[in-house]
Amino acid sequence: MTAKVNRIGLPQDAYKGGKSTLCPGCGHDAVTASLIRVLFESGVEPWRLAKMSGIGCSSKTPGYFSSGSWAFNACHGRMPPVATGAVVANRTLLPLGVSGDGDTASIGLGHFVHALRRNVPLCYVVENNGVYGLTKGQFSATADRGAKLRGGEENTFEPVDVCTLALELGCGFVARSFAADKRQLETLLKAALSFPGTSVLDVVSPCVTFNDHEGSTRSYAWGREREHPVVEVGFVPHWEAPEVEIPAGEVREVPLPDGSLVRIRKVEEGFDTADAAGAWRRLREARARGEFLTGLFHLATGRPTFVEGLDLVEEPLALLPEGRLRPPRSALEDALDGLTP
Amino acid sequence: MPAPNDFVLKVGTVNGSGSQTANLVLLRALFRMGVPCSGKNLFPSNIAGLPTWFEIRAHPRGWLARRRGVDLLVAMNPASAAQDLAEVLPGGVVVYDEPLALAGRRTDVAAHGVPFGKLVLEVCPEPRLRRLVVNMIYVGVVGRLLGLDRGELDAALARMLRGKEKALGLNRAAVDLGWRWAGDHLPAPCPVAVERPPRNLNEGRILVDGNAAAALGAVFAGVSVFAWYPITPSTSLGDALAGYLGKYRRDPATGKATFAVLQAEDELAAVGMAMGAGWAGARAMTSTSGPGISLMGELLGFAYYAEVPCVVVDVQRLGPSTGLPTRTAQGDILQVATLSHGDTRHPMLFPSSVAEAFTMAGDAFDLAERFQTPVFLMSDLDLGMNLWPSEPFPFPEKPLDRGKVLKEEDLARLGKGGFFRYVDRDGDGIPYRTLPGTPGGLGSYFTRGSGHDEFGRYTEDPAGYVKNVERIARKWETLRSALPAPEVIRAGTEPAPVGILHFGTTRWAVEEALSILREEHGIAADACRILAYPFHDGVGEFLRAHGDLYMVEQNRDGQMASLLRAANPEPVVGLEGILRYDGFPPDARSVVDAVLVGRRSAP
Ligand SMILES: Cc1ncc(C[n+]2csc(CCOP(=O)(O)OP(=O)(O)O)c2C)c(N)n1
Ligand code: SF4
Ligand SMILES: [Mg+2]
Repeated sequence: MTAKVNRIGLPQDAYKGGKSTLCPGCGHDAVTASLIRVLFESGVEPWRLAKMSGIGCSSKTPGYFSSGSWAFNACHGRMPPVATGAVVANRTLLPLGVSGDGDTASIGLGHFVHALRRNVPLCYVVENNGVYGLTKGQFSATADRGAKLRGGEENTFEPVDVCTLALELGCGFVARSFAADKRQLETLLKAALSFPGTSVLDVVSPCVTFNDHEGSTRSYAWGREREHPVVEVGFVPHWEAPEVEIPAGEVREVPLPDGSLVRIRKVEEGFDTADAAGAWRRLREARARGEFLTGLFHLATGRPTFVEGLDLVEEPLALLPEGRLRPPRSALEDALDGLTP
Repeated sequence: MPAPNDFVLKVGTVNGSGSQTANLVLLRALFRMGVPCSGKNLFPSNIAGLPTWFEIRAHPRGWLARRRGVDLLVAMNPASAAQDLAEVLPGGVVVYDEPLALAGRRTDVAAHGVPFGKLVLEVCPEPRLRRLVVNMIYVGVVGRLLGLDRGELDAALARMLRGKEKALGLNRAAVDLGWRWAGDHLPAPCPVAVERPPRNLNEGRILVDGNAAAALGAVFAGVSVFAWYPITPSTSLGDALAGYLGKYRRDPATGKATFAVLQAEDELAAVGMAMGAGWAGARAMTSTSGPGISLMGELLGFAYYAEVPCVVVDVQRLGPSTGLPTRTAQGDILQVATLSHGDTRHPMLFPSSVAEAFTMAGDAFDLAERFQTPVFLMSDLDLGMNLWPSEPFPFPEKPLDRGKVLKEEDLARLGKGGFFRYVDRDGDGIPYRTLPGTPGGLGSYFTRGSGHDEFGRYTEDPAGYVKNVERIARKWETLRSALPAPEVIRAGTEPAPVGILHFGTTRWAVEEALSILREEHGIAADACRILAYPFHDGVGEFLRAHGDLYMVEQNRDGQMASLLRAANPEPVVGLEGILRYDGFPPDARSVVDAVLVGRRSAP
C-alpha cells in the first residue's frame, strides 16, 4: 500500500524528525505531533520552513519534526533576533519559532516584545508549562500567582501573560491553546502559519515531571478541567474554495493574504476577535478569576510586516549575485568625490 | 620657530557651539593648499556644554600621529583656557576671545585678544546665529595669521556649505571680517606659517574618517544585512553605512533596496540578527564598541562553534565598563580573541588607516564566508571618528568569495547522504554549508550551539565531539595562512638592534618614532606591524630576530603582548610594553623616550 501524500506529494513521514528525548508524556511532544500533522496537511515545503528556537526542553523540539527543514537552535532567549535576521535575508522562508515560557518571558522577553513591535514574519509558538523544565522545575515568569511547585513553594509574583502582551504590542494574531486539545491546536497552528506577520500561539504544554501536580496551574488535569474556548476556529486552506454554507451562530470570516480563510464562531457571547482591547480586558479578567481561556483571541490583517516595511527587492537578499551586491566603479568614484575637500 | 607647514593648531571651544564646521574649513583649506595634514576631534561625552578641542597637525612629511605641544592656540572656552594656554610651546601664538584676558599670562608666547563678541554683531544681525557665526570669525583670523590662501579658504567653505546659499553668504562675511580684522590688528609675519608646497602633496587625495571608510568598504563588499545598536564611537559607521547603502544599493530598475539596515533593541539582538542573516546566506554585519562586544559574547561563541559567518566591527573606546566613550583605545584585543566561554577563538583584522578600514572591511566578509566564522574588524575611535588623508580607495577587483556553499544542483549530484554539515571533505578544516530555502529536498541541517559531531547531530560522545572541535582548530590553521603577513620596516639588511611591534593606529606614532630614533639618536630600529590575528609566522620570525623588543599598544595591560606570548612556542624574551591608556592617541616622542629608557637599562 502506498502512503497517503499531501498536495506537494509528500507523505506524513516526510515531516517527522529525530526521536524525542523528552520525558514520556511531556506536553511538548504532543505539540510536536500536532506540528507534524499540520505541516503535512498544509503541504508546507519542508525546505521553506525555518525551524527557530532558543534553549529549553521546548526549544529542543525542532529536532523532532520536519528533518527536511533547516533549523537554528539558538542561545537561550535569542531566537527572535536570529529569526528576524534570517527572514530579512531570505523573505521566502517560512520561519516557525518554537520557544518556552522561560525562553520567551524571562531571558528573552525583550526580544519577544521587539519582534512583536516590528511584526516580523514569524509564527511564534510558546510551549508554556509555567516552569523551567530543562533546569529542573523552577518557576518561570508565566507562572500564575498562587501556583505551587511540587515541594509546595508558592509563586507570589504576577505572571507575564504573553497573550495580553502581544495584544498590547499590536500583534495581529493572538491565540492560546492546550497541548491536549489537539483539534483546536492544529487549526490554530494552520492559521498561525498562514498569518503574514508575527502570530503568537501560547500553548499550555504540561511538564509532566515538574509541574503536573495538584496545586499547579499548568497541569493536564487543571487544563482539562478549566479549558474554556471563547471561540471556535475553522481554517480553510487556500487551495480549497471556501464553502458557501453559512454555519450556525455568529461567524467572522477573515481572508489571509495567502488565500486561506479563517472562520471564527463565537462560543462566548460578546467575545469579538476583531477587538484587541476587548480581548485584553477579558484576558485580564480571566486571570483574576483563575479561568483558562483558549482559542483565537485576536485576528487582524493589514498591518505591514517588518520585511514589507524594508522596501526590499523581491529576490532574497541572500541569493543576490555579485553584480547586484557590489555597486559599479562609477559609484565609488562618486563617493570618493564626496570625500575630496 | 617651527618650520613652515610643521605645526599643531589647537582650537578649544565649548561642545555644542557649532565649531566643527569652522574647524573643518581650516583643515580643508590647508589640505587644498597641498600641505599634508590631519584633524583630530578631542571631545567630551556630552551633547553640549563641556570643553571640546580640535587639533590640526600639519607636517611636510605627512606625519599623522598626534604631537605634544601646541604652536597656535585658538582659545574660545573660559573653562579650558588656562589648561589650553599651558600646552602652548614657547614661541607659540595664541588667539583668544578678548574677555579671557590671556595677554601677559605667559611671557614666552604671543597672545592676541580678539573682540569676537563685538565683531559678530557687525556680521550677524540674527542673535540666534551669533554663537555659530563667531566661529567663522576665528577662521578668518587664523587663516590670515597662518598665511592660508584666501581663495582656498573660500573654496573650502563654499564646498562645505554647498546648496546652503544663505548660510554660505553669512559665513563668508564672518570669515572676511576676521581676515580683515587680523590684517588691521595683528603683527605680521606670524611665526607659525603655511607655505604652498612646490608640488601639491594632496593631489587626488581624499579626507575621510575611518567609520565612513569602513562603511564604504562594506558597501563595495556587498553587505546586505546590517544590524546595529548605536554606541559611541561606532554610531557614525552605522549612519554612514545607511547613507551609502541608500545611495548606491538600490535596484536601478525598481528602486528597491538590495540591503536591509536593522536597528536592533540591543547588541544581543544586533548580533543575533546578523547571525540569522549570515546563516541564511546574506553578507551580514554589525558594528559596536566594547560594551556591545561584551553583550555579544554568548552569541558570538555560538557563531564560532556552529560556524555562522558574520562581520563585527569593533570601534574601540577606552576603559572597562562604560569607561570613556569619547576616548580612544586598543583595549578589546584580549577580550575579542577568545570572546565567549569554552575554547572559542576569533580572527581579528587591525586597520591602521582609512584605506585599510576600506579594504579590510571587504576582506572581512570574504574571510567570514570562506571560513564560516565571525570576523572582527578592530578599529578604534581615533581611526573611526577622526579625519585622515588618504589616497583614493581602490575599486575592489577581486570577486566576492562566498565560500563553500552547496547549491541545489551540487546536492543533487551528491545525492542522499552526500552532504553532512561539518565533515572535512577537503582536508582544510572548512566544511561545506547549504542555505535554508534551497529546494530539492536535500541539504537541510540542524544548527546548534550544543555539542555536535561532524554530521551536525547532537552528541555527548567524547570522540564525536572532539573530532569536530579538532577540525575547527585545523580550520583555524587554514585561516591563519589566509591572513596578511605583518608589514615589516627594516632599517638595514641585517636585523636592527631594536625591534618595535605595533598594530592599528599606533602605526603613525611608531613610524614617526623610527625616523626620530634614527635621525636624532642614531638608533636603528626595525618595525613590525601586525595586521591580523591569528598571527602570521612572520610575527614570530620578527620576535626571534630581535633582542630588544617593544610592543606599542593602547591599553594598560599589554594585551597584544599577552597574545604574542601565548601564541609563541618559545618564551618571548625582552619584550617591553610601550603602553598608552589615557584615551589620547600616542605620539612619536613618547615612543622614542620609552625606547631610549629601554636602551639605557638594557644590559
Ligand atoms: C544563558 C543561559 N542561562 C541559563 C541557561 C539554563 N537554562 C536552560 S533551559 C532554561 C529554562 C528553559 O525554560 P523554558 O524556556 O520554559 O523551557 P522548558 O524547558 O520549560 O520547555 C534555563 C534557565 C542557559 N541555557 N543559558
Ligand atoms: S522536564 Fe518537563 S518540559 Fe522537560 S521534557 Fe520533561 S516533562 Fe517535558
Ligand atoms: Mg517552560
